Amino acid sequence: MIRLEGIQRVFQVGDETVYALRDVNLEIGPGEYVSVMGPSGSGKSTLLNILGLLDRPDEGVYRLETVDTTELGDARQAEVRRHKIGFIFQFFHLIPRLTAAENVELPMILAGVAPSERRGRVETALAALGLADRARHRPDQLSGGQRQRVAIARATIMRPRIILADEPTGNLDRTSGKDVVDTIEALNREGLTVVMVTHDPELGARTRRQVQIVDGRIRGDRREAP
Amino acid sequence: MKPGDLAGFCVRSLAGYPLRTGLMLLAMAIGVASVVVLTSLGEGARRYVAREFTSLGTHLLIVLPGRSETTGGPPPLLGETPRDLTVEDAEALRRGSAVRRVAPIMVGSAPVAWGGLEREVTILGSNAELYEIRDLAMAQGRFLPPGDITRGEAVCVLGHKIRRELFGNASPLGAWVRVGQRRFRVIGVLAPKGQALGLDMSDVAVIPVAAAQALFNSASLFRVLVQARHRDAVARAKSAVLDILRTRHDGEDDVTVITQDALLATFDRILTALTLAVGGIAAISLAVAGILIMNVMLIAVSQRTAEIGLLKALGAPPNQIQRLFLGEATLLSLAGAAVGLVLAAGGVIGVVKAFPVFPMAVPAWSPLAAVGVSLATGLVFGVLPARRAAHLDPVTALSRR
Repeated sequence: MIRLEGIQRVFQVGDETVYALRDVNLEIGPGEYVSVMGPSGSGKSTLLNILGLLDRPDEGVYRLETVDTTELGDARQAEVRRHKIGFIFQFFHLIPRLTAAENVELPMILAGVAPSERRGRVETALAALGLADRARHRPDQLSGGQRQRVAIARATIMRPRIILADEPTGNLDRTSGKDVVDTIEALNREGLTVVMVTHDPELGARTRRQVQIVDGRIRGDRREAP
Repeated sequence: MKPGDLAGFCVRSLAGYPLRTGLMLLAMAIGVASVVVLTSLGEGARRYVAREFTSLGTHLLIVLPGRSETTGGPPPLLGETPRDLTVEDAEALRRGSAVRRVAPIMVGSAPVAWGGLEREVTILGSNAELYEIRDLAMAQGRFLPPGDITRGEAVCVLGHKIRRELFGNASPLGAWVRVGQRRFRVIGVLAPKGQALGLDMSDVAVIPVAAAQALFNSASLFRVLVQARHRDAVARAKSAVLDILRTRHDGEDDVTVITQDALLATFDRILTALTLAVGGIAAISLAVAGILIMNVMLIAVSQRTAEIGLLKALGAPPNQIQRLFLGEATLLSLAGAAVGLVLAAGGVIGVVKAFPVFPMAVPAWSPLAAVGVSLATGLVFGVLPARRAAHLDPVTALSRR
């Protein structure tokens, strides 16, 4: 499903050349539940950005469902993001002036889905995450856990194949963090591929596969026996 | 993304920052309103002048003695001998088939006295036809009687201001007034008509031209007013007048003929240019509003960096993000223009109410041009911020909170 070959990403910081990723080879199959762990600055967020097509590698090939994404133009990459990838961020990134329902609706608006169809899908998605009564609330009227669940509803509304989560519980208390993780794991059980960046070992331990990154290289790749 | 959704999204984000949006609307509205109001004032001035000219009388030609030309040259030097325009010249003009009426005009200044009161006024020596040519009206009595132009009857017609000054409430009809060294019988009083081309018809005394010649001891006319038969005959009348006078003046072109149309056309050009200039100055305020829009949109882009990053992560391609921001700038311009048109309508109605005499009118092109220019500035100045938004790096955009 996901296949990284010899990925390299270099940043120029002043005079210094910083290798965020060096020679990364990684293969993730459909339906996997993977955590990417490592100290801060190890390159795990860069890896996630490249997986999400928000960033381009300087070298190497990234194949998503056999398509070589490194050769696609900006507009085509945007299209892949729109239909195949859902993002969950540490800081939720909900648009403050829009209600929960409108935030969830946004990806469908961008994709040009008919208004009549959008309404039903938003209702279903919010209800599935226990947010039906919060649909008309704006983000500042929601708790952290509720906001992240709205963000998850938004990430899944286009029925993507992959969920990329960047520290999804990093900004939440334990209880709501657990709610959010449960929600993500439920999505994984439905067959979505989940890649989650975290430096919380407890959260990492819950995943069936743990990838360790140190200094831009993959240092460990541990799988649980299914 | 569907057009309706695009508009909806733009409206929502504009509504999300009411103060900022309001200020930009205000700037745009003031620009549009000033263009419309100022051009309307210019148009009003143009109409005002046109109306004044029509009040001079219709199909009018003015014949002036003398002609501006270059003289001199190699010897023998022939000095120019400017010939006077005479009453006989004026009478001869009646032979032109396109000429309907002719009024010789002689102008001078003399004291007019009645009872113990005396007043220095302008004396117009003319004939009965001046009445129709200048489109005059009588308040009392009658105008100069038609008849032999070479006979100067001792009668006069007073402007209403002289009547008021000399006679107060008494009726002047039949009274004998002294003009200079002569005595004239008052046969009529002009109705107030206002000023026309600098000559206040309320402060004149009109006497027969022959009487004026005797009074001022001169044969030369100040000018001759000629009325053509109809509008299309003005050009023919003009060439007839020139031909007749050339023949009478030994083949010399020593008069100048001004037509009312030519005068009017000149003023029309001047005032149209003035309207355009004033409109152009007002358009500068529109450009300023455009720059303000650019400024505020740039701030909006940096304020909404995270939102732009998110839109990219959600799969919005660069050109879609550009369209979103351009859409906002366009909506702002259109809404600002709409508010501006309402303001302008209020301003125009206000001026019309305050000065009913002034024929203020909105030229049809002006609101269209104002809206067009505001839309264009919105778009032009919206491009830069929109492009900046579209090319924002999503990773850095999202890394900020």
